[in-house]
This record gives sequence, structure tokens and C-alpha cells, in this order.
Amino acid sequence: MAGDWSGSTGLGDSWDESEPLVRPYAVTRGRTAPAVPLELVALVATTDSGMAAIRRRGRLAPEEHDIAILCMRIHSIAEISARLKLPLMVVRVLIDDMARDGMVSVHRPENPDRPSPELLRRVLHGLTRL
Amino acid sequence: MVSPVSKRAPTAVKVLVAGGFGVGKTTFVGSVSEIEPLTTEAALTSASLGVDDTSAVHGKTTTTVAMDFGRLTLSNNIILYLFGTPGQDRFWFMWDELVRGAIGAVVLVDTRRMADSFPAIDFFENRRVPFLVAVNRFDANTYEYPLPMVRNAADLAPHRPLMYCDARRPDSAQTTLVHLVRHALELALSGDLPDEP
Repeated sequence: MAGDWSGSTGLGDSWDESEPLVRPYAVTRGRTAPAVPLELVALVATTDSGMAAIRRRGRLAPEEHDIAILCMRIHSIAEISARLKLPLMVVRVLIDDMARDGMVSVHRPENPDRPSPELLRRVLHGLTRL
Repeated sequence: MVSPVSKRAPTAVKVLVAGGFGVGKTTFVGSVSEIEPLTTEAALTSASLGVDDTSAVHGKTTTTVAMDFGRLTLSNNIILYLFGTPGQDRFWFMWDELVRGAIGAVVLVDTRRMADSFPAIDFFENRRVPFLVAVNRFDANTYEYPLPMVRNAADLAPHRPLMYCDARRPDSAQTTLVHLVRHALELALSGDLPDEP
């Protein structure tokens, strides 16, 4: 049932660099925030830098540390919120900051409005093979 | 340079599970989920009503609604998230976030309280979100309505998939999901969907 990546750690470094991981940021009042809030199912994975930051104590705020540990296996924004008992709004801000600092990679849905027929075919294929 | 095929990042998709209170939404989510269903507190803000995001920073209203969800990893690097929609009907107009990007919705119906699921049907019809209606036979004593009667009572369009399911059984819930995705694909290919939900 689990995908190929499920047992690995530090997934961020294995992603295809050519795929868009984080969209352009709009900078407001010294803090960055994506123009559109991260989707509930945007996927987050701790990068090599994030792994290094976990080992060097004090580099990450406590909540960021927890996120970096959790996302050694890939988790969605909704899962991070539920697992760490943090409000979604807080998770979004933290992930924004961590992505900007290179601690995590974020993979947002390919088409935020509606899945493409190609993606629907892949989902259908995957579901019928369970 | 890494290969785009072998190193493809996982893709996440979502399906909504809706219906009246106590119709079996969380049971459905739990029976196909590979994890114990989780609960997140979603803050639904006035920004969800189409107000510009940045302008909504000041004086926005926030309501917190609990959502149950589960996760199913498909073999081809796709993670399917199932979200049980919040039970309170009065928050439905704020559901933009859940609906946006969703494959579609499974609307569960309990024939003893069929009308409880009508608001969900109306909602997805109005928003032109792909959905199907699944009559949950979770109780052996449930009086079984013939599906044409259910279609008639719920005023469902002829093309709208309507089926029985048993939310407690993973194979039944999975079959329901297959029908939903197939329906969403047919609609997408027929060009019968707006660009934005």
C-alpha cells in the first residue's frame, strides 16, 4: 500500500529539481507569504539542510524542530496540523518560513483548481490496483 | 541530473465525503484510510468568501470547524486524502478551501433520514463539483429503497452515479471511490466542468 518513498528519509533531496516546489513569494512587511495559502494537501518534506538543523540544537524553534522531525517522512499540511496539534494557519506560516530557509521542500498540487484528466487516470489506475 | 520519472515527487489529491450527521462519513474515511483518521481544526475565514487574501488580514472573521480526514497511498506515487466534511450545514458556504482542487465528493445517504443529505447534494450540484450518491447500508435492518426511488426523492440527474455501499467495508468504500474518480474523469473529458469550481 505504501509508495516507494514511504520508508526513506530526507525526501526533499530526491525530488526532481525541475518540478515547481514553491511558487513565487510576495513580500509584505518583511515577511514572505505565498500569494495563495498552502493547500491542505500540499506535501512537505525535510531537506538535507533541515536534517542538519535538527542535529544542531538551537537552529530551529521548537515547533519547527517538531515539523522537521515529522517531515523526515512526507506529510501534508493537514497532517502536520493534526499530528502536532497546531492550527492550520500556524502551520502555514511556519512552513512558509521553513521553506524560505531551505529547511523543507513543499510540493503543491499540480493544478490547484481541479485535477487534470491525466492525474485522474493515474488515480483511477492506482485505486483499481489496490 | 536526476531522472524526472524515477524521482517524481509524490502527488496529493483529495476526495470529500459528505452527508448528514451520523450517516457514516468518518466510518467511510476510516475504512479506506491507511492511518487512524486524524482531526484538524480548520479556521474558516472571511477570505474564503472571495475577499482578497491580503485585504482580509484586518478585521476578518474566523470560525473553527473540525475536519476528520484519512490518507491512502496509491502505488503510483499518489497520496489520496479523504476529508469528511464538517457536519454543521451552516458552514457550507465557507467550504471553498475543501472544494478547491478536489477530485469530487461522495455524498452518503441514510434512507431513514434521506433529507439530511439533500443540502450536500444541492451544494455540490450548485458548485458543479463531481459527486456521486452512495446509499449506506450500514444496518442490516435498514429498509432498502430501490435506487430509482432514491434518485427520484433526491431529484438526481440521470447521469449522476447512484449506488449502494457499506461504509464499514474497505472493498465497498474503495469501489465507491473508483466510481467517483471515473465519473470525475468522464466529466473532465466531456468538458462539462467550469475552469474553476
